Amino acid sequence: MLNPELKLNLEIFSSKVKQKSSRDGFGEGLVLAGELNKNVVALCADVAESIRMNLFKDRFPKRFIEMGIAEQNMIGVASGLAATGKIPVMGAYAVFSPGRNWEQIRTTICFNQQKVVIVGSHTGLNVGPDGATHQALEDIALTRVLPYLAVVVPVDAIEARKAIIKAIEYPTSVYLRLAREKSPILTSEETPFEIGKSQVLWLPEKEENFSGITIFACGYLVYQALEAAKDLNKEKIDIAVINNSAIKPLDKELILAWAKKSKTIITLEEHQIAGGMGSTIAEFLSENYPIPVHFMGINDTFGESGEAGELIQKYRLSKEAIKEKVKELLK
Amino acid sequence: MKTKKIDNLKKLEQVSQEIREEIIRMLLEAKSGHCAGPLGAVEQYVALYFGGILKYNSQNPDWPERDRVIVSNGHYAPLLYAILAHAGYLPLEELKTLRKLGSRLQGHPHRLSLPGIETSSGPVGEGLSQAVGMALGLKMAGLKSQVYCLMGDGEHDCGNTWEAVMLAGKHQLDNLTVIIDRNNIQIDGFTEKVMPLEPLKEKYEAFNWKVLEVDGHNLEELIRALDKTKSIFVKPVAIIANTIPGKGVDFMEWEYQWHGKVPDSKEAEEALRQLRTMKGKIQSELD
Repeated sequence: MLNPELKLNLEIFSSKVKQKSSRDGFGEGLVLAGELNKNVVALCADVAESIRMNLFKDRFPKRFIEMGIAEQNMIGVASGLAATGKIPVMGAYAVFSPGRNWEQIRTTICFNQQKVVIVGSHTGLNVGPDGATHQALEDIALTRVLPYLAVVVPVDAIEARKAIIKAIEYPTSVYLRLAREKSPILTSEETPFEIGKSQVLWLPEKEENFSGITIFACGYLVYQALEAAKDLNKEKIDIAVINNSAIKPLDKELILAWAKKSKTIITLEEHQIAGGMGSTIAEFLSENYPIPVHFMGINDTFGESGEAGELIQKYRLSKEAIKEKVKELLK
Repeated sequence: MKTKKIDNLKKLEQVSQEIREEIIRMLLEAKSGHCAGPLGAVEQYVALYFGGILKYNSQNPDWPERDRVIVSNGHYAPLLYAILAHAGYLPLEELKTLRKLGSRLQGHPHRLSLPGIETSSGPVGEGLSQAVGMALGLKMAGLKSQVYCLMGDGEHDCGNTWEAVMLAGKHQLDNLTVIIDRNNIQIDGFTEKVMPLEPLKEKYEAFNWKVLEVDGHNLEELIRALDKTKSIFVKPVAIIANTIPGKGVDFMEWEYQWHGKVPDSKEAEEALRQLRTMKGKIQSELD
């Protein structure tokens, strides 16, 4: 059942559930962040409208810097701005930032300890028709290996709005992973959100005696996991679903607690299995509570063109694939 | 226009010579590092720090109104450290700890290790971006500080450098001055063979910069050029300082192999002997 403590959107499973992309939520949140803190400045690499930074640009034109298609320069400039007391928020497609400019992030932001927020949009297969070149499937791996960089994957538009505000207040630099495609709003204004905290969205009916499967998912795919949980519940299969938005730092307490309650764990992400969210969990558990971890993600391949839904299905990340995986593991 | 009076030229020449000797001693002690570049660029740093150009306070390194110095080519670290020691940021005897475990003098400059370092550098081609960011940020904050970016010529191979050149031109950053150490060498050979950079001056001009060209071993020319950049131009300025790599040690001069090599004790002895007797080799036109 949906976790009543989190004040989630009660219409999650309704056919009329409101849909919005996390990039939309980010764009709104950035304006709020700009109002809260006059040191916030925004830098964008020629995709202002596409990643919704145009809202900030219209509201604070003097605090918006158009970089052109120059993601490497964008990082260095942001580092320099941070050195003068600004809090730069940089937006681009994730394949280019943190993809194209990874070494600049490493040296001028992380090693240099300059506080910025890196926003990578258009991540995962849900980018859709643009195809493999524009579907970032490696960005979690690229960012989580860097010291002084937290990694957050908001689950929906509302969480993305909260995440950018929290990212600006956070003591280190933050990478925010966004999706292009709309997805159902799962949380509400009242749902708590902290960087480094993950949440159990779907609780097993009998939490006390639970010894089933726990799914750790992030971003766009969390909804697929919730749908799977609801269907499985009808078949008397009890699972738990965690929104693991906190990739780094990990919510170790929560992961450990649920690993101890679970027979096995499934991780689910629109990212390469190598180095992704599932890997972070496996790394942590192999040392602290070794139990089997099964990875659902992209297995050493690239994406392709197609509609988001079609791709999720083809790459076996949809609710049907999740249900099959759960049943297979229970055999 | 009134020309700046430079009355301490003799003293500055003396400091330049001491710094060259310190670079040789540091590298001998460290047993690794870069020789040719730092030796050739001494006058640029001396002119900037001690020629009455740079606003800084080593007792208050974070003073908000200070000018900013970005060393884009971090392998010039021995030169930077010797300069910072002379400027009072660290004791001279600490120079011999270069590249040793636990030292504040990391192989390439690390902002958090030593006061007076504005940014960590080493990977070339990204310093100018940071300088542009600082120049923009200082303007937003209404501060009059100047940003100086010290660069090598080889890092003009990097696309990132030209992205930054373009942005500085777009914003007409008159609070940004670049000094390019045009010593014509990089690791694999002479710049014009590895990747032709000429016409470098015209390239910058095409990106809406003002360019001044000077003899990079002439302190007077350097100081006058730096003084000009502060006030006259309504655009970013690049000073191309033509230098001799390895300047002051004859077997290092123009030998690109000395880019990333250090002298052994015999070579260091010879280098120091030459530097001590180099009187007349680097002199001002006032003589």
